[in-house]
Amino acid sequence: MAEIQIKNVAKRFGEYQALSDINLTIADQEFMVLLGASGCGKTTLLRIIAGLETQSTGEVWIGDKRVDHLPPKDRGIAMVFQNYAVFPHLTVFENIGFGLRMQKLPNDEVTRRVQRTAELMHIEQLLKRYSGELSGGQRQRVAVARALAMEPDVILMDEPLSNLDALLRLEMRAELKGVLAESKTTAIYVTHDQVEAMSLADRISVMHQGRIVQAATPVEVYRNPAERFVAGFIGNPPMNFVTARPEGKGRWNVAGQSFDGPASDAGALEFAIRPEDLTPAEAGLRATAKVVEPLGAHLLVTCEVDGALFRAVLDSDLVVKPEDSLTLAPMPDRVRWFDPETTKAVAV
Amino acid sequence: MTAVTTDTAGDTRRAGRYVYLASVTLLCAWVLVPLYFLLINTLSSPEAVNAFPKSFIPEFDLGSLTFFANFAGMLSALKNSILVAGVTMILSITISAPAGYALSRFDFPGKELFRLLILLTRAFPLPLLALPLAVMFIRTGLDDTVLGLALVHTTLAIPFAVLITFSLFSGIPVELEEAAWTLGCTRLTAFTKVVLPLILPGITASAIFAFVISWNEVFAAAVLTIENRTLTAFLLQNLDTSPLHLKFAGGFILVVPALIFIFAVRKYLFAMWGIANR
Repeated sequence: MAEIQIKNVAKRFGEYQALSDINLTIADQEFMVLLGASGCGKTTLLRIIAGLETQSTGEVWIGDKRVDHLPPKDRGIAMVFQNYAVFPHLTVFENIGFGLRMQKLPNDEVTRRVQRTAELMHIEQLLKRYSGELSGGQRQRVAVARALAMEPDVILMDEPLSNLDALLRLEMRAELKGVLAESKTTAIYVTHDQVEAMSLADRISVMHQGRIVQAATPVEVYRNPAERFVAGFIGNPPMNFVTARPEGKGRWNVAGQSFDGPASDAGALEFAIRPEDLTPAEAGLRATAKVVEPLGAHLLVTCEVDGALFRAVLDSDLVVKPEDSLTLAPMPDRVRWFDPETTKAVAV
Repeated sequence: MTAVTTDTAGDTRRAGRYVYLASVTLLCAWVLVPLYFLLINTLSSPEAVNAFPKSFIPEFDLGSLTFFANFAGMLSALKNSILVAGVTMILSITISAPAGYALSRFDFPGKELFRLLILLTRAFPLPLLALPLAVMFIRTGLDDTVLGLALVHTTLAIPFAVLITFSLFSGIPVELEEAAWTLGCTRLTAFTKVVLPLILPGITASAIFAFVISWNEVFAAAVLTIENRTLTAFLLQNLDTSPLHLKFAGGFILVVPALIFIFAVRKYLFAMWGIANR
C-alpha cells in the first residue's frame, strides 16, 4: 500500500517561488503524470517527493509514514532520471543489482531479481556490457530495470523518454505502461509532452507557475479544463476562445450569434470550443478561412472569427480555400465557458 | 590549368608536412637531446666525460652511479625525498579532494573568491617565504623534519590538486550520485561506491603530480633542511664541488624517477588537462 499525500507543500529558491500550495493525493498503484511547460515546478515537486530537494513548508506522506524529513533511501522510492544516470563503472548486471546489493540481499536473490527485471525490459543479452557500450534506448531500459528491481512502493520518473528519438519513444511509452501496470507500483511521471501524459496517465496533474491547476483523468482534463490555461495547453491544436457578451437570462452573444450559456452576471465570458468539435452547417459562427492544411486524416483550417484566431479540424473531403467564408456549428455539449477575470471554468 | 592548381595545392601540402615534421622533430629534440647527453655522460667513465670530441654511444661504465650508490648520505637523502614526497602526496590529496568536491557540488558564499585565492598562493615567490618560514619552523621545531618540508610542498601542490580534483568531480554528473541515493546509499556510500571508483584514476594522477612537485622542489628543501636533506637539496649541495661526471650522474638520478612517474600516469595527466589522448 503506497498512497502518496502531499500536503501544503511550497518551495522557494531565494526570492523565487518555485512551488506554492501543492495539495495532491495519489492513490495506491495509480499512474500520476505531472504535466507542464518547463519551469512550472513539476521536476521540483518530483525531487521533493524523492527527497533530493527539501520543501520549504509542507508535508509528504508515503503510505502511512511521513517521509519529508527522511533521506531518499528510506522513502521506499526508486527513480528514473532524464539522462538515465547509469553507472559507467559497473556492468548492466551490477547496475540493476546496485540497489539490491545495498540492501545486502543474498547473491542468488540479487541474480534472480536482476534476471527477471532484465527479461521484463528485454535487456537480458546486455547484462555483461558497460554503459558506454549501450545505445540511448538500451540505457533507458537499464535505468527502468534498475528502478523496478528495487520493487519500490513508488517509482518516480523525470522525463524518462525525452532523450529518445520519436520512434523509440513511442515504443518505450507503450512498453513502460504495460510494465508498470504489471508491477503494481504507484508511479509519478514528469513530462512536458501532453501526448505522453494522455497516453500513460490514470490521472494528470497539470502544473502552471508552481501550482497544480487541475488534477483529473486525461479525458476530464481534455473535455473539462478547470482553467483557461489547461484549455489552451492541452490538445493540439488547443481550444479556441472567443469573447462572449451577455444578452441576459443565460444567453450570450458570440461573434454575432446567440448561444445558451451560464447564468452568470459577469460583464464578459470566454466561449471555448475544441477545433474538432466544429462542423460546417447552415447556422453557426461565421469564419473566414486563412490557412488550409490538409493533414490526410482531416483538414486543419485556421480562420478568423470576430477578429480572433480560430482553428477547425474538418472532414478531409471538404474543399476549402483561403478567404472562403465558412459557417461553423459548435457541438452544443462540447462548448465550455471561462471567466476572463478568474480564468476559471464557469459551469452552465 | 587544373594540373597547375593541383600541383600548387600538392606543393603547399607537402610544404606544410615538412614544417609539421620539422616542428615535431625540433620539439622532441628539445626534450630528448639533453636527456640523451645526461644518459651517455652518466654511463661514461670520468675520462670519457671530460674528453673531446664526445662519443654518441654510451660506454656502459657504471662507475659514477656506483660512486653515488656508495656515497655517504646518498641513500638517506633518497629515503628523505621519497618520504617527503609521499607525505606531500597524501596531505595534498586529503586536503584537496574534499575542497575540489565542495567546489564542484555546493554553492557557498565566496566560492569564486576561493577559487581565485587558491591560485594566489602561487603568486608569492618561494624565496620570499622560505626565510620567514625557516625562522618559524625553527621556533616550532618543524625545521629539518620530513613533516615540516612536506607541509611546504603540500602548500605548493594544493592549488593544482584542488583545481584538478574540482574539474574531475565536475566531470561526474550529479545525477549519478542522486541515483545512488535513491538506490539505498547515504551521501558517504554514494561517494565510495559511485564517485570514488569513477574518480580514482584522476585522483591517482593528481597524487602523483603532487609527488613529482615535491620530488623536484629544491629551494625550500635546501633552506629548511640540514641533516635530513632530500635528494635534490643533497645533490645541489654536493654537486657544486663535484667533478663533471658526478654532476651528470646526479642529474640523471634526479630526472629518471620523475620521468618514470610522469610516464606511468601520462594518460591521466592528459585527461586531467582536457587533452584527448589519441
